[in-house]
Amino acid sequence: MNFLLALARDRAALAIEPGQEYLLSCRLAGVANQHKLASVEALVARLRMGRADALAQDTVDALTTNETSFFRDIHPYDALATQILPDLMARRRAARQLTIWCAACSSGQEPYSVAMTIRERVPELLTWRLRIIATDVSQAMVDRTRAGVFTQAEVNRGLPARMLTKYLSQQGTEWQVRPEVRGMIEVQRTNLVEPQPMTGCDLVLLRNVLIYFDAAGKRRVLDRVTRALAPDGLLMVGVSETLFDDRYDFRVVGRTYVYSPKGTAAAPALRGASQEKP
Amino acid sequence: MRALVIDDSKSMRLIVKRQLVTLGFDVVEAIHGRDGLAKLEADATIAVALVDWNMPEMNGLEFVQAVRADPRYQNLPMVMVTTEAESERVVQALDAGASEYVMKPFTPDDLRSKLELLALVP
Repeated sequence: MNFLLALARDRAALAIEPGQEYLLSCRLAGVANQHKLASVEALVARLRMGRADALAQDTVDALTTNETSFFRDIHPYDALATQILPDLMARRRAARQLTIWCAACSSGQEPYSVAMTIRERVPELLTWRLRIIATDVSQAMVDRTRAGVFTQAEVNRGLPARMLTKYLSQQGTEWQVRPEVRGMIEVQRTNLVEPQPMTGCDLVLLRNVLIYFDAAGKRRVLDRVTRALAPDGLLMVGVSETLFDDRYDFRVVGRTYVYSPKGTAAAPALRGASQEKP
Repeated sequence: MRALVIDDSKSMRLIVKRQLVTLGFDVVEAIHGRDGLAKLEADATIAVALVDWNMPEMNGLEFVQAVRADPRYQNLPMVMVTTEAESERVVQALDAGASEYVMKPFTPDDLRSKLELLALVP
């Protein structure tokens, strides 16, 4: 493990915090699989032999993607505000209840971006029974998300300056999400490959997560997520990920792919969204 | 797309310029706010200004205020790029008319993300 930490530090100037080590093996399983190595241990053994530049680079890339950011890729948040949330609300108007699950939330930028999007652009939801559940496999990440404290470097990326001053307060060199926004998020520790306690989620954000799993792992995670979704719930994955799973239909909202379990009521609700690739 | 980079530090102008060129911009440089106003006046194709705060002659905040007061530049995107990292300063810049705010030090991805927010990069 020290070897991997040194590699991350030397090759990518990336500091892995104590408590994040678990993430490494999780992330590197995909790299090992891609390079036809049996395990993360085999990957480390190969790296130690040297002369494995491509493998070393892929390893570092996998490690550095631990980075997340506020409003990552931006357009999924536009899709949320303009179509996905309004469509879900139209279907839930009787119950006035909506549950959003940010799976693998890392240090929390995603769930807080969702919360800020709702406050700014879909404020009616604040009068509903709204749950935003953020989970991560790492206890350190769970704690960080719950605290909602971000460094200057973290708020410098992706977060509109107007939202920075409106929704975060400065404490020395760090910024903390204000209590009214923190209070919108429930944070839990969850391993995505294990059975999920969540059920009835209307929307699951599983962005930039599946890429770290091999085919079998992907299937397991998708099984868990599908069970957590309401029958007509929606799933969003990362912009660079495409879900090839015959259990799901997809729609394109702007530049964002939204998936729904096949044969459910979700598809008509996104009528008007194109099936064509952008 | 053309960007105006205003900073009294030559090395900082170079850093910002390199990042902008990578993103497909061509760059006009200015060494302080007054020089920036002149460059803006001389080139109608400038589509965005990136402005340091602390500079001689005319500082970045004064530049932003002067540009916004001119009806020709009501919609010109302006990004403050500065070591000023106090919340009050960010508010002050936004109130003066800055469109976005980047705190030094910053990475290419930070700058890119702010330009994406302003729909200046795809």
